[in-house]
Amino acid sequence: MFKLWASIVKDVRILLRDRVGISLMFIMPVILVIVVTLIQNSTFQLMNKNKLTVVVCNKDTGKLSKQLVTTINKIGMFKVVQVDGSQNAQQIADGMHTNDAMLAITIPPDFTSKIETKAKASSNKALKSFGLQADSAKEEKLTGATPLTLYYNPSIPESIRFSVNGALTSALQIVESRETLRTLYYAINEKEMPQQLENEMLNGKAQINQVPVSKDGSIKAPNATQHNVPAWTIFAMFFIIMSLSGSVVREKVSGSFIRLKTLPTNFAVGLLSKQITYLCVTLFQALVIFSLGLWFFPFINLPALNLPSNIFGLILITVAVGYCAVSYAICVGVFAHTQEQANGFGAVSIVILSAIGGLMVPVFAMPGALKTISTLSPLHWCIQAYYGLFLEGAGLKDVVISILPLIGITFAFQGLTFIGLKRKKLI
Amino acid sequence: MVAMSSLAVHIENLGFHYPGNSGVTYDGLNLKIAEGERFGLFGPNGAGKTTLMNLMTGLLVADTGSIQLLGHKIGTKSKAVNKLFGFVPQDFSFYQELSPIENLEFFGAWYGLNRRQIAERSKELLEILGLSHVSYKPVQNFSGGMKRRINLAIGVIHNPKILFLDEPTVGVDVQTRHAIIDYLKQLNKQGTTLIYTSHQLSEAEGLCEQIALVDNGKIVREGNLDKLLEEYDHQNLEDLFLNLTGKDYRN
Repeated sequence: MFKLWASIVKDVRILLRDRVGISLMFIMPVILVIVVTLIQNSTFQLMNKNKLTVVVCNKDTGKLSKQLVTTINKIGMFKVVQVDGSQNAQQIADGMHTNDAMLAITIPPDFTSKIETKAKASSNKALKSFGLQADSAKEEKLTGATPLTLYYNPSIPESIRFSVNGALTSALQIVESRETLRTLYYAINEKEMPQQLENEMLNGKAQINQVPVSKDGSIKAPNATQHNVPAWTIFAMFFIIMSLSGSVVREKVSGSFIRLKTLPTNFAVGLLSKQITYLCVTLFQALVIFSLGLWFFPFINLPALNLPSNIFGLILITVAVGYCAVSYAICVGVFAHTQEQANGFGAVSIVILSAIGGLMVPVFAMPGALKTISTLSPLHWCIQAYYGLFLEGAGLKDVVISILPLIGITFAFQGLTFIGLKRKKLI
Repeated sequence: MVAMSSLAVHIENLGFHYPGNSGVTYDGLNLKIAEGERFGLFGPNGAGKTTLMNLMTGLLVADTGSIQLLGHKIGTKSKAVNKLFGFVPQDFSFYQELSPIENLEFFGAWYGLNRRQIAERSKELLEILGLSHVSYKPVQNFSGGMKRRINLAIGVIHNPKILFLDEPTVGVDVQTRHAIIDYLKQLNKQGTTLIYTSHQLSEAEGLCEQIALVDNGKIVREGNLDKLLEEYDHQNLEDLFLNLTGKDYRN
């Protein structure tokens, strides 16, 4: 035990004197988690709280285009900036730059007349189908309205563009439905439709309640913090590869290793010491990043991290993730011939494993083959286990089941390390 | 003739080759070094001195034959025999980020010493080797001579019965070389067998009593240094060395 203790003391001393290693293990991940959460939180707020500025160029002088602009305003997603209707495409593009707008809409000159014509045609068809006498003299062909034109900044994400398109389609349908209803009412009653009735018919739509599904029955709304803190904690824990694999290689290539091999102590004691030391480092990293989420994020207007009620599960997952990260780093260190190899391969492999593991893009958004490949990444099982706990309120049984594949991958790394050490006659 | 019971090193019928026969090859080598000797192993570059030392310390494993240190076979799974010897490699074999005392604490523990033994030996060695004033400073800022002394201190912290020294004074000034050689003689007087290799033949002359000249994986001559000089009618080890190994360049 004294040999192991002396090794741990030695490893801690060397670690504490490696300022670059410490900054890579602590400062970089802390910056990363803050920056990414801030960015994703702004995207979240952009879609939920902030408004997208949209330039509207209304070339129509009728009442329906004004109703459309009012409806777009009421959606709550847009801040409408109206420009003169005589502007051409270039002037509209300039207007987007001037108003810092990502979007612009042009309403065509015949918007009102086309919608009115379509409404009359629909009304006549409806009356005929009811067996009532329609105004044959005014019978119009059922044709679509002239399309609106949506200009957009190419940097706007496709998902946002689809949302905007959906919102505008919805606004158009409201205007068209209202006009059809009014025309039909007038054809039947020969008087204007009462405002109250119109409101009741058009505004009484069914609402959509959004409910996050959890395993423990609790309702916790997911936010950027709940997604990012576990994800970047995993990334930070695996990024110890930069220090740990380098330390293993340094010991191998430096003279100290020659002497270690002649001592009456197995090198496995040294590796066990590194595992214990760096496992503690990963747990400390998790403690630091979770503490940031809990207490520091609210100070910078980010949602605070909600810790799961299953704290034992949280500790269990964190230890499993940390041990897997340590095992991977030692495995790379044993097989690498130089520190450059270990650092280069280590850093790139962690980024790739993060990407395919679902830390950067959710696995459900990946194509089929990549979904299968993602299960090979230990980081996939890490994030699944954390999300189960943080977002779905997983119980202890769920936690154990979720970390089983991770434990399997960890054993595989340990086995590879053993083979590497045996082949190099180090143990 | 050396009695079997007093042998520090006993090599019998040693066979060894590197993968692909890329280096020196030993085939049926025999060597006996008595306990308490100051034994010098000399030869030109690539002759096989370091390979032989690595085989004796277990860093390399022999293909055939056996190597025994004080009657214990080396190269078995048990590392108990490793307690018997100390090794001072040519390269600096310690942690540059740590101080001398921290290096001694770690290596002392791995040699199987307890806290008290480590503390006592560390203090003693650092004083003898003139490193007390820098005990707690990181080694990486030390001069080459100071690093050589630390390299030596770590190799002897557990009072080994046999000490292997691979060019222990390379690159140091005259003062440090004298200090190291004096200390090695002192260790030998206390009973430690010294097995030493170096290209500093004048230094070796002052240290070694018994020598072996190695070339191309074979022992060319071995025996008492004074007797060999007399036998070949040479004034010094360098002349004897050139006589027995030739003047051609070696790789």
